[in-house]
Amino acid sequence: MTGHQIDLLKLLAGLAAVLVAASLVGHLLQRRLSPDGTNTVVENLNDRVNAWWVMIILMGVALLFGRMGAILLFGFASFAALREFVTLTDTRRGDHWALASAFFIVLPLQYYLVYIDWYGLYSILVPVYAFLLMPIVSALRGDTDRFLVRVAEVQWALMICVFCVSHVPALLTLQIPGYEGRNLLLIAFLVVVVQSSDVLQYVWGKLLGRTPIAPKLSPSKTVEGFIGGALSATLVGAGLFWMTPFTPVQAGLLSFVIVLMGFFGGLVMSAIKRDRGVKDWGHLIAGHGGFIDRLDSVIFSAPIFFHLVRYWWSLT
Amino acid sequence: MAIMARVAAGAITLFARFITAVRAVWEGIEPIPRQRIYFANHVSHGDFILLWTVLPARMRRQTRPVAGADYWLKSPIRRFIGRDVFNAVLIDRNRDTRIDDPIEQMADALDGGASLIVFPEGTRNETEAPLLPFKSGIFHLATARPAVDLVPVWIDNLNRVMPKGEIVPVPLICTVTFGAPLRLEADETKDAFLARARDALLSLPKAEEGNA
Repeated sequence: MTGHQIDLLKLLAGLAAVLVAASLVGHLLQRRLSPDGTNTVVENLNDRVNAWWVMIILMGVALLFGRMGAILLFGFASFAALREFVTLTDTRRGDHWALASAFFIVLPLQYYLVYIDWYGLYSILVPVYAFLLMPIVSALRGDTDRFLVRVAEVQWALMICVFCVSHVPALLTLQIPGYEGRNLLLIAFLVVVVQSSDVLQYVWGKLLGRTPIAPKLSPSKTVEGFIGGALSATLVGAGLFWMTPFTPVQAGLLSFVIVLMGFFGGLVMSAIKRDRGVKDWGHLIAGHGGFIDRLDSVIFSAPIFFHLVRYWWSLT
Repeated sequence: MAIMARVAAGAITLFARFITAVRAVWEGIEPIPRQRIYFANHVSHGDFILLWTVLPARMRRQTRPVAGADYWLKSPIRRFIGRDVFNAVLIDRNRDTRIDDPIEQMADALDGGASLIVFPEGTRNETEAPLLPFKSGIFHLATARPAVDLVPVWIDNLNRVMPKGEIVPVPLICTVTFGAPLRLEADETKDAFLARARDALLSLPKAEEGNA
């Protein structure tokens, strides 16, 4: 067993300990407050904890399989996210080819390019090539009704669900001196910081939340929840420095950026949901809604984290 | 052949889930194995596959789609899927040349203990309207076997997944909503019954509206 696998197992053991504690607390709360399953907050909490078990086990298995596992895991996450996103758009018959190629050409190609580490192409495949070619495909079908809105929606879907998400496995291609063969831990670091920020904001918000931070977008988000969650998640990130190439201060600063991007990403995605008149992106994960509901903060933080690390730490 | 059919059925439902992440909404009935006639809107050849996919496995084996023989007997692969995999009740839609009476065929299937999936519009809806007028078949079926529950089922979004004439499906989330059962009432005229059944189907909430 190599060094990074031992670190990964340490991390997984730590997460499992947290989840065991959360499951116990959830179980006790359920016996106290919701013996007949009527307290929705407690039921939702337990649904969330159960879904976390599944997500962390999946993540752990995929990461133990290395680069291929990570590519397949996030490739599937992209697929499920794109499926949810396009469901809520107003595309028409004329977009059928464009949409089919988004799913079956652009998405696999993007992940293949990440796999073979062709940075020059995967960083422009969606923003340049898909951006130019997809509207051509739609235009050829001759339907001009709300054309600009439709092509913009498809492009947005690809940027969010494919381009941004693919920057998580792209972390594996960075070459950081003294950190060779351990890049999987960067993914673990990013995901743990983002998700603990989400969880801690939820917890702080439930405990102390008074002042809504964006009442129109997301009534459940509060100033207290945001500050408490952001600061404690930054501390969690700083405490994970041992599995990264960063010093504790650097790990804390990067975590802070990740947390901020994640928070604002959540707001943007809420704005889209409001616009579409839905509460969740989908129903795939009990207690969490859809894939995008769980991924939104990763989506916004992954490319920024990738480029910060690439610029200051990577040789490539 | 039976094993082949089972494998094919598994592959088809897995593919349907991969493309549509289909979700059942049991609004008016419970997913319990009880004899029923499911009647649904019809926009694509995938309709009964989706309905069939969301049924619990035990109910799936007892549920037979009613489909046009002209389409499902055309090639060996279609025949295998229609007959062996889905055990479809294949009816001849051509009034002038047919030998078997479709209502009798469906009634026989019900007497054999099966539940049925029928599309009362008679053909795929390729218009902008949500639902075509119903053909009278469902009335005659209800008259022949009045003790069986008729369950309206709305299949949502599949028309966007695979519009007519396209070969490649676009993955989109679909829902299948089961409404409250209805039966033919005593002295109910054909037109009144068809209107009531059609309204029951149209009144089921669509996913876009009732997402919460």
